[in-house]
Amino acid sequence: MSECAASASNANANEKMASLLKEAENLKAKLEEERQKLNDVSLSTIAERLEQIAFVNIKPRKVLKGHQAKVLCTDWSPDKRHIISSSQDGRLIIWDAFTTNKEHAVTMPTTWIMACAYAPSGNYVACGGLDNKVTVYPITSDEEMAAKKRTVGTHTSYMSCCIYPNSDQQILTGSGDSTCALWDVESGQLLQSFHGHSGDVMAIDLAPNETGNTFVSGSCDRMAFIWDMRSGHVVQSFEGHQSDVNSVKFHPCGDAIATGSDDSSCRLFDMRADREVAVFAKESIIFGVNSVDFSVSGRLLFAGYNDYTVNLWDTLKSERVCLLYGHENKVSCVQVSPDGTALSTGSWDYTIRVWA
Amino acid sequence: MVTMNSEADKTQSSTQATNALAMSSAPKSPVPAPAPAPTPAPNLEPTVTPVPAIAVEAPAATEVAIPAAEPTEIVAAATVAAAAAATTEATTTTTTVSSSVSNGNNNATATADAAAATVASAAATIAEPGQQLVDTANANSSNSSEVIPVAVTTTNTTSNSNSASNSASSSSSASSNSNNCTATVAAATPPPSSKTVSIRDATPPSGSGTSTTKSSGLLSVGSNHHHHHHHSSSSQSQSQSQPQPQSQSQSQSAQSQPPAAPSVPQQPPHHQRGSKNEDAPNILVYKKMEAIIEKMQAESGGVAVRTVKAFMSKVPSVFTGADLVAWILKNFDVEDVTEALHFAHLLSSHGYIFPIDDHALTVKNDGTFYRFQTPYFWPSNCWEPENTDYAVYLCKRTMQNKTRLELADYEAENLAKLQKMFSRKWEFIFMQAESQSKVAKKRDKLERKVLDSQERAFWDVHRPMPGCVNTTEIDIKKAYRRGGSSHGTGSAGASVAKNPVEQLTRIIALRKQKLERRTIKVSKAAEALVAYYDQYNEFDYFLTSPELPNPWQTDSTEMWDTEKNSKDVPVRRVKRWAFSLRELLNDPIGRDQFTKFLEKEYSGENLKFWESVQEMKALPQSEIKEAIQKIWQEFLAPDAPCPVNVDSKSVELAREAVNSPNGPNRWCFDVAASHVYHLMKSDSYSRYLRSEMYKDYVNCSRKKVKSIPNLFGVKR
Repeated sequence: MSECAASASNANANEKMASLLKEAENLKAKLEEERQKLNDVSLSTIAERLEQIAFVNIKPRKVLKGHQAKVLCTDWSPDKRHIISSSQDGRLIIWDAFTTNKEHAVTMPTTWIMACAYAPSGNYVACGGLDNKVTVYPITSDEEMAAKKRTVGTHTSYMSCCIYPNSDQQILTGSGDSTCALWDVESGQLLQSFHGHSGDVMAIDLAPNETGNTFVSGSCDRMAFIWDMRSGHVVQSFEGHQSDVNSVKFHPCGDAIATGSDDSSCRLFDMRADREVAVFAKESIIFGVNSVDFSVSGRLLFAGYNDYTVNLWDTLKSERVCLLYGHENKVSCVQVSPDGTALSTGSWDYTIRVWA
Repeated sequence: MVTMNSEADKTQSSTQATNALAMSSAPKSPVPAPAPAPTPAPNLEPTVTPVPAIAVEAPAATEVAIPAAEPTEIVAAATVAAAAAATTEATTTTTTVSSSVSNGNNNATATADAAAATVASAAATIAEPGQQLVDTANANSSNSSEVIPVAVTTTNTTSNSNSASNSASSSSSASSNSNNCTATVAAATPPPSSKTVSIRDATPPSGSGTSTTKSSGLLSVGSNHHHHHHHSSSSQSQSQSQPQPQSQSQSQSAQSQPPAAPSVPQQPPHHQRGSKNEDAPNILVYKKMEAIIEKMQAESGGVAVRTVKAFMSKVPSVFTGADLVAWILKNFDVEDVTEALHFAHLLSSHGYIFPIDDHALTVKNDGTFYRFQTPYFWPSNCWEPENTDYAVYLCKRTMQNKTRLELADYEAENLAKLQKMFSRKWEFIFMQAESQSKVAKKRDKLERKVLDSQERAFWDVHRPMPGCVNTTEIDIKKAYRRGGSSHGTGSAGASVAKNPVEQLTRIIALRKQKLERRTIKVSKAAEALVAYYDQYNEFDYFLTSPELPNPWQTDSTEMWDTEKNSKDVPVRRVKRWAFSLRELLNDPIGRDQFTKFLEKEYSGENLKFWESVQEMKALPQSEIKEAIQKIWQEFLAPDAPCPVNVDSKSVELAREAVNSPNGPNRWCFDVAASHVYHLMKSDSYSRYLRSEMYKDYVNCSRKKVKSIPNLFGVKR
């Protein structure tokens, strides 16, 4: 009897799954149809009137050597010349990138620091990783930094990314537990949590708008979500990638986002049109993208790949502008400096490079 | 047909093996990993046995009567043996040898008997490596080995030899199972030898496959050794003229195996395999590279592989770096030689192609010779070779008196370290190495060259030379991601992710949400993006040269210094204020100007309110409540001294939020603030831009007048 019931409920569940699947597919088709109606002209067609970017004068300018293991994350200081980097050697280094001097080197209680971020004031740094925690360090002397560190928040899996949203007093984190969280630095209180992804969150970025209430997240569920920090809800979602979304970045105008994925493509999603407006890929590019960032005008997209290169994409014409060679292992992070004068890249080859 | 059969056999036998496993567990104990039995090697010598006999017996063993192709039959037999081996096999390498030995033995015993179970129990008896076993091994291998030389020779002789390995890879997927087993066949010799070539494509029926594969590893060396025998005894012609129709196809697939023979990690991929995520990011890339490699190896339109005659010797199955780069340029949308070369380098550093005599896996665009790696060694097999395997391999190289096999300095150092690390096991490692080396010596000279180089390349990937990238390392995040839900216990997000129904429901909700959203035409969005670029083009340092030299390009900090200390605000900067209210407010000087303008207009409270709200939002949680009250009192309360012009609805919302039972949160004034912002944007801001004040400022900065303190801190 009970077996019968079990099998019946099983059948029920299967039926339910099937109908859900069907509904999802139907909605997808309908959505595509609707979006197609508004897909009148492609971005690259509109951009035809622009001149081709013939030449970008960008060269390696600085090499920051000092880490003993893979560099997994870097962040520019708001002062435009310092860089903080975290590495698998378990150290956090603060560089004067301009002189290539190391100003601070702090040994973390745990190796495997996956992410680090400068506070807007430039006086604090946050970092975390396999310890599932986000920890804040004041930037003072090395010893003091280690002594005055404070754990702000804890996830139930590794912390993959963190940013300060317009204030030294809050930290936004993304985690392998597939959630994002907003923390109050002083109290360690969880101000808001963001549930919705069904895979590890790999990257987050804050919207560059005047209120700073929205952010974007990219995840191993292949989706990018736009969140409202106030409600904790997804306000917009973008699908299209065939594999993990490793990186997300807001276009400087705040109305579009770029994503980088293990499917070896980068994509541009427009929030007003609510759809993908460009794909940046080539047959000869077969490795995954770890990190993307825009130039000031949003025309150039820098993308760091697992094939050791950085590709520059013309976002408007959907063409590759050039390739930056130099790193000898995977490029884990790329970031344009706050004033847009330089690009920093961190790599598994233990180095950080500055290009301009 | 053949393939299918063999596949079936295999499954069957492997299941049997599982049974056998259970059965033999008891008898196994008495077999205390007999310290290196006198090594099978010596036994192998005398045993050049009649091939056909056993080949016939083999099918019987598995009770699979396939009269047709010998290879298949062998497969079956071998699998049984393999399974048996797996049974006996203990975790340590040490035991492995004994088990493989015993296993070979079983095989022999069992031949007549069939039934894997019997085999297993036979295994229990663990005879010393007797003749018998060797015979069987030989017998088995003889067939498979016949196959092998064919392929190899093809490679050597035919001009378009690439076909060989190529077809191997392609056909391997089809007949992989049989393949697998073929390689597996008869290896009385030490374990470190190969796991079968086709492990990756074989996709054995989940669990059972595992044992099979593993044991196959134990067995296979013999096959070479065996086939070797063949060579010597029956001469080349035999192998070349292996005309049987079926075996032909088989041979191709099998051909990929011979390289498998050399010492390779013991720990086969299988333990990984079970959990191997087919869409894991690194696998994704491997698959793409493998597709390219297959293209490269295509009969027509591939990279030309040849055997080069050098003084007094031949260099089999090679192509030049220049040819490779040219092929990539022709077949891929790469921009230039640099990119093609980089592409080639990546293929090499992942071990798909390798320089024939260099530990550094890279490609030069010249006449340097390169060779394709056999699919067996491809990284997609998820090899995670252990140090003991590496030790055996290095040790073996020291025994082979060939200059080309001499250890590089770093390898010698590694060997020394390993010897220290495994001092207690060393005797065993040494013996394994010795027997492998003996096997190797019997191989055909050219074939051996190829095998040795492929094996070396394998280790160059997994134990790269200092200064070379280890491409098998996995991103830690991805490693954890693959671990998946086992981590991150308890989080709501994670738990939901595990529930497919909820996941689907969520996707449906998101799609519905998308359907309801009002959107604009793509052309409109595109125009906006292009317009943004038009506006900001001159501020993009990567596209437009700045007025002052970029500090990173010139090593001069003039630009930053001017920004900090100069008394004038550049026109460029003032111009930006006109782009948007956000730009204006982001620039401290701009904000200052705008505040003054509003004061003149007697509407300064709007900006003040908006700023207070933004500041409040940035406060620590402990200070929020107080700040909220202050803002309420100052701007929104009925008797506020500084009332802002907000619609009653927004005020009402704010009141509710402020007095909410859970306490107000930092976003309670957001609606009101955004209302005010839009008011400023549509009204005051546009008037400001038209005002004499702004115009004057622009002109002033043009003429480099005014002195403004603190120009530092333009926020992005």
